[in-house]
Amino acid sequence: MKSNILLAWRNLWRNKRRTLITVASVFFGVLLSTLMTSMQEGSYSSMIDNIVKFYSGYIQIQHEAYWDNKTINNTMTPTGELFELASSVREVTHTTTRLESFALASSETLTRGSLVIGIDPDKENKITELTKWVIDGTYFRPGDDGVLIGSELARYLKIEVGDTLVMIGAGYHGVSAAGKYPVRGILKFPNPELNKQTVYMELSNCQNFFSAENLVSSMIIMVDDQYDLKPAMKELKAQVKSPYTVMSWDEMHPELLQMVEGDRAGGTVIKAILYILIGFGIFGTVMMMVAERTREMGVMVAIGMQKIKLAGILFFETVFIGLIGVLAGFAGSIPLITWFYTNPVKLSGNVADTMIEMGLDPYMYFSWLPSVFYNQVITVFVMTAIVAIYPLFMAVRLKVHLALRA
Amino acid sequence: MSIIKINNLFKIYDGSQIEVKAVNGVDITFEEGEFTAIVGPSGSGKTTFLNLLGGLDRPTSGDVIVDNVNVWGLSGRKLIDFRLHNIGFVFQAYNLIPVLTAKENVEFIMELQGRSKQERFERTKSLLEAVGLGDRLDSRPNKLSGGQQQRVAVARALASKPKFILADEPTANLDSRSTETLLDIMETLNREENITFIFSTHDARVMNKARRIVTMEDGKILSDVHV
Repeated sequence: MKSNILLAWRNLWRNKRRTLITVASVFFGVLLSTLMTSMQEGSYSSMIDNIVKFYSGYIQIQHEAYWDNKTINNTMTPTGELFELASSVREVTHTTTRLESFALASSETLTRGSLVIGIDPDKENKITELTKWVIDGTYFRPGDDGVLIGSELARYLKIEVGDTLVMIGAGYHGVSAAGKYPVRGILKFPNPELNKQTVYMELSNCQNFFSAENLVSSMIIMVDDQYDLKPAMKELKAQVKSPYTVMSWDEMHPELLQMVEGDRAGGTVIKAILYILIGFGIFGTVMMMVAERTREMGVMVAIGMQKIKLAGILFFETVFIGLIGVLAGFAGSIPLITWFYTNPVKLSGNVADTMIEMGLDPYMYFSWLPSVFYNQVITVFVMTAIVAIYPLFMAVRLKVHLALRA
Repeated sequence: MSIIKINNLFKIYDGSQIEVKAVNGVDITFEEGEFTAIVGPSGSGKTTFLNLLGGLDRPTSGDVIVDNVNVWGLSGRKLIDFRLHNIGFVFQAYNLIPVLTAKENVEFIMELQGRSKQERFERTKSLLEAVGLGDRLDSRPNKLSGGQQQRVAVARALASKPKFILADEPTANLDSRSTETLLDIMETLNREENITFIFSTHDARVMNKARRIVTMEDGKILSDVHV
């Protein structure tokens, strides 16, 4: 085996220029593909991070009936055990609870349906940074009995900070809910729908309003990033029992997952085309290598080398081209990705403005996800293994007496 | 003691219009320690005959029996293995592996046989010294003259300790001095170590050294003379 590998290695350098050109094609393929994948994954990661941090969180624990029928009657009591359980998971960084339901919000003469969200102000702010959306007034103070309302809702109701908001609705199990609350601040989110209908209250205040003592709609759980999600989900799913259920961001935002998958598929097609072109380049080189060494192959089999061993040498030669190309590609891409990972590219102009409006950071992020690299290794290995079928086939079919005359 | 028996050997090529009998009913026996030249004009069937004898090309009919083994009764893998352990080859165009040094070319065949590193090293050294290349162990073929390359090829053929060596026009590409050297080496090995050589040739100098001359024409043996 050792001598076969040595032989394959030396054979590779018989025509240095040709080998280097072929290796260069793999190098550029790996470099481009790695950069592209890193950029894609970095963007997805940033986008997902932005979106989940904006509202849903990475994980939620809910009553098992809540997701399909989001009424206040399907809320749950967040026991101390549940908090302990969530906090005990290594990847979990923050937890909070919310109570959500609907009510009519009125000013002096106007009324509109609104989404009422009861939050723990401190914990909520650690997760969603709600304070940064306050454009007028102040965020909740401890024990605050006021509300924060969306900018469009405030504009529609013609109310300002310091005015009173009257709310009427149906509470827990149909109890009528009514109350009046001072407006502490106006919120402006990137999402216009939220601006039109959101009313935030302190959690206990909200529970009082809906007569839903100690009840919450969901427990929001944060992890550092989407890569910590899988182990955290695994542990939580194993421990959280009925009547509770655990949901991850991709279950709560299927449209986001679909968009990421769709975009990823587009990138995969481009990379596939790139690798197919490179594969044909390697194939051409391998064909030449086999054609110009037919006699030598004949000699080797004539003097007693089994064809399968000869095929092994040819296989190693083909794989070496891919391997050198991948290593060279990584040598080029790792420093670049490291640089861009630590120094994301700041976007400017309309693209940046649009991203800011959407609540996204105006940066092009890169990812250091291991799959960015090992996927290239797998792809190039599969590609070279497919190309290596040709020399294997030629070795197995070799007719010694004809090869000796080549 | 006879080591090769050939019975009624035919190799027929079916051309589009005409059938070519490259080897046409050959019966012959080779004894251990013989130094035999197969001679004849171009197209007489010498190379084809050696290919059939060496298990490189399949005969249309007939038997090649080496040490009581019917060579063409062996399956593909076993046939290659049989060649590895029983037959040494020397080709007209030397056919050394260009990326291996002289030493590695000789060692290569012993490695295929699974011999130990120590044995390979010692045998390679002694064989290359025997063919006068003890000082060129680490030279690659492109750094050796044609005569030197052919001597490495002889060392390689001997390395596997074969029962006999087949050489297809081994001196055809050599100058007279290299031919003389090579023939002396082959003759010495034959005489002193009783190694059987069968070679095809056009070269009168080679024929003069042979102790048995088999003449072929149109695929048949025309004469078989012990000198």
